[in-house]
Amino acid sequence: MTKLIVDGTEVDVPAEYTLLQACEEAGAEIPRFCYHERLSIAGNCRMCLVELKGAPKPVASCAWAVRDCRPGPNGEAPEVFTKSKMARKARNGVMEFLLINHPLDCPICDQGGECDLQDQAMAFGVDTSRFAENKRAVEDKYIGPLVRTSMNRCIHCTRCVRFTAEVAGTSDMGAIGRGEDMEITTYLETAMHSELQGNVADICPVGALLPKPYSFKARPWELGKTESIDVMDAVGSAIRVDTRGREVMRILPRINDAVNEEWISDKTRQIVDGLKTQRLDRPFIRENGRLRAASWSEAFNAIGARMKSASPDRIGAIAGDLCAVEEMFALKLLMEKLGSPNIDCRQDGAKLDPSLGRTSYLFNATIAGIEHVDALMIIGSNPRREAPVLNARIRKRWRAGNFPVGLIGEAVDLTYPYKYIGAGAGSLSDVVAGKDFGEDFAKAAKPLVIVGQGALARADGAAILALAAKVAGTKEGWTGLSILHTAAARVGGLDLNFVPQAGGKDAIAMAEAGALDVLFNLGADEIDIAPGAFVIYQGTHGDRGAHRADVILPGATYTEKSGTYVNTEGRVQIADRACFPPGDAREDWAILRALSDVLGARLPFDSLVQLRRLLHERHPHFARQDRIERGGDLQALAAKAGQGTTDKAGFVAAVQDFYLTNPIARASAVMAECSALALDRQMRHAAE
Amino acid sequence: MSVRRLAEVQPASFEFTPDNRAWADKQIQKYPLGRQASAIIPLLWQAQKQNGYWLPKPAIEKVAEQLGMPFIRALEIATFYTMFNLEPVGKFYIQMCGTTPCMLQGSDSIKTVLERRVGPPHKVTADGLFSWIEVECLGACCNAPMVQINDDYYEDLTSENFEKLLNDLAAGRREVKTGSQIGRVTSEPVGGLTTLTELWGKDGRSGPGRLPKAEAEPDHAAAADEKAYQDAQPGAEAPLHTQMSQSQKQRTGRPESSVAGTGTRTERPVEGEGKKADDAAQASTPPSKHTP
Repeated sequence: MTKLIVDGTEVDVPAEYTLLQACEEAGAEIPRFCYHERLSIAGNCRMCLVELKGAPKPVASCAWAVRDCRPGPNGEAPEVFTKSKMARKARNGVMEFLLINHPLDCPICDQGGECDLQDQAMAFGVDTSRFAENKRAVEDKYIGPLVRTSMNRCIHCTRCVRFTAEVAGTSDMGAIGRGEDMEITTYLETAMHSELQGNVADICPVGALLPKPYSFKARPWELGKTESIDVMDAVGSAIRVDTRGREVMRILPRINDAVNEEWISDKTRQIVDGLKTQRLDRPFIRENGRLRAASWSEAFNAIGARMKSASPDRIGAIAGDLCAVEEMFALKLLMEKLGSPNIDCRQDGAKLDPSLGRTSYLFNATIAGIEHVDALMIIGSNPRREAPVLNARIRKRWRAGNFPVGLIGEAVDLTYPYKYIGAGAGSLSDVVAGKDFGEDFAKAAKPLVIVGQGALARADGAAILALAAKVAGTKEGWTGLSILHTAAARVGGLDLNFVPQAGGKDAIAMAEAGALDVLFNLGADEIDIAPGAFVIYQGTHGDRGAHRADVILPGATYTEKSGTYVNTEGRVQIADRACFPPGDAREDWAILRALSDVLGARLPFDSLVQLRRLLHERHPHFARQDRIERGGDLQALAAKAGQGTTDKAGFVAAVQDFYLTNPIARASAVMAECSALALDRQMRHAAE
Repeated sequence: MSVRRLAEVQPASFEFTPDNRAWADKQIQKYPLGRQASAIIPLLWQAQKQNGYWLPKPAIEKVAEQLGMPFIRALEIATFYTMFNLEPVGKFYIQMCGTTPCMLQGSDSIKTVLERRVGPPHKVTADGLFSWIEVECLGACCNAPMVQINDDYYEDLTSENFEKLLNDLAAGRREVKTGSQIGRVTSEPVGGLTTLTELWGKDGRSGPGRLPKAEAEPDHAAAADEKAYQDAQPGAEAPLHTQMSQSQKQRTGRPESSVAGTGTRTERPVEGEGKKADDAAQASTPPSKHTP
């Protein structure tokens, strides 16, 4: 720790701090453009100049380490002034230079109202310009379908360049030319190919990079802001949903260091248009092979008529990928009351068994914990597509150095190098035997084994999970086995034990022809249900599930209801309602409650609060928000390693098209464009 | 300077010649594992030399691939340094110094000649022989005004002798002299020495434009190198490097302090005079084909 005096206040900070961090510690506000705490230091905007006693010139505080400050002649602590005349004048000058070439187009700029340059010009700028020449003009660049450019406004902070190079790992952006002719661009104006590219618009301190789909749609001050949780993948990124009236205008990341730091994936950010299109806004009933709009009572009566004639073991329920815990809980209670053992939340057929304890299906290392592991093996997963934000965390660990990574599955570009071990279970058995990568891996004190749904959603999934548990080993105080889920609802469903009860059928069996008479499909769109059964689809979009449905009950998307979600780590998070469902659509738990009445199996709650009280009674851990509860150990699981036969087929990652994994994304035109672009790139890559 | 973009018409592909490829591999090996990207400038430079003094897009991509770096990183380098030409240049690529000393000594008249004889800057003549640009100081102020044509300096120019020089180059005459065009050696005073006058012309290294005997000090390694270098010059009709017949030993033996006055020793001005001392390094430089 080093003592330092900032504006007369003494602070004691670690020597490796920068002056900027030390000043913030002391409560002083330092303006900045290029400095970003999650990126490397560039020191090129000069806005953070402060006066350092003894230094002949103002120093850039972001690039000056506390340990580089020299003490006074008699050993006094170094002294920094952030509000002195010299510091103020230096910032004035920097601001004047920045504004020389920055257009005065704030009234037509989307960044207006949330612009760092605008704010800081108010605080540190001067009222007039002494620059009488022409401003520099720069061509706008095409850098992809998600980010619009207005390069006249660029102040060359290079945050976007550093972001794509460091966090995203794709090195999409760069600065060509030099001096006055420096321009920020992608290589020959190709589209960026990161799944995190939308973040460059967030970190841009001016209006040079802006979210393209949101162009000229709204002003920040007219938006209602609701804190929520993302459901596009199982990471559970913290998001803020901005609404105007009933309409979701945009989705932005919130900072949550335990989960997403301050990044979100492009799917999380840009499915906004998918929330508005293809929506189911009233109940439908299939008559003579065609769906027709109906009233709620008509729909309920149609269901009631079919349910009455079906025996309980011929009724089943499948929960989809985007469901909140509340509606799955309500559906489970309903099925219990109806006496049906056929329930399942694993529409992909993943062989995860909640009876083995929570530890057997969670990402036990935790997302923040990735930074502390010392070896990684990925089994049947492509984290870049399944959880881009989590993949950025792995890349962050890799950048810190000394981090062996092994991969079993598809050899894909993960943005960091890895040792390719093999394609399937055979290679995994070799690793268990200590061969190949297994040797390095056994030496690690904190090994991390990421098991993807691609390795579990197959007939031999249980055997593979046991092998993976064996590889991860069981160490005192460390559980390396980490399951990477792809569905936001999955862990919550497993926590609820939303799996076949004694004698019940699982999702795959329920979807087979002739398995059931009535199937209640709660937003499961990734499963093909064979013809035969009467299918009730409760969901939000006219997607695969709705096409197969006999009765459609319109539900609410994640922005339209308050719901509990459990992410892949087992972290319980609550998303708030940001707006209301369209038309006759209702919150899902309420639909199930109303339906239960018609079926003569009334659920014991009349409000969300009552539902939650009951939920917390039955499953106390849902009450503990933002906490990770552990349960069970992996001894039993690891002991089973080697039992059961494994298939020779290679693992195929669960997510093949990152942009189109769920009904909301499939309804989004922006996601469709991104998907087409990615496919085109893939084809061209394959052709080469 | 202005915004620099890649040329509109690009060749389909680029490959290093086997010699250049071997040379490039040698350059890459200078850097520790994982730091291969450090070799980007020498490799781009060699690619440019091989490709008629301009850098096409396939070359930038090839070099980036070879060094395992993203294309944009190589493009950043190629667009940052103005010594990388992104558009085709003439067979004789003239860089005219227009900085203060040259300007005071009449570089404007040189510019007038260029504008009349070659045309506007950045444009290659119809016969493909010439193109020119104005550059900042090339460090031969004592012999101002001067131009650099391909790898050579031509100093003490007047509109007359420059016009003649251009005509000679265009006609492919081999007796074109590099360095001073008025016969002075290195940067000695035009009117003869004013100090150490007893040495005037006696040591063979100074004097009123007399050529030293090439055979005076036979140095085979240097001679072989010289030959290799001359082969590398544009075509067989490249300007004859009369001054270059001076032995390697003499040149490397010069004290550092005289570097400033070495306008006539500019076989590879961009690589710097300092490297000349490194015989080994120079011997490893392969011939590069400049064949526009």
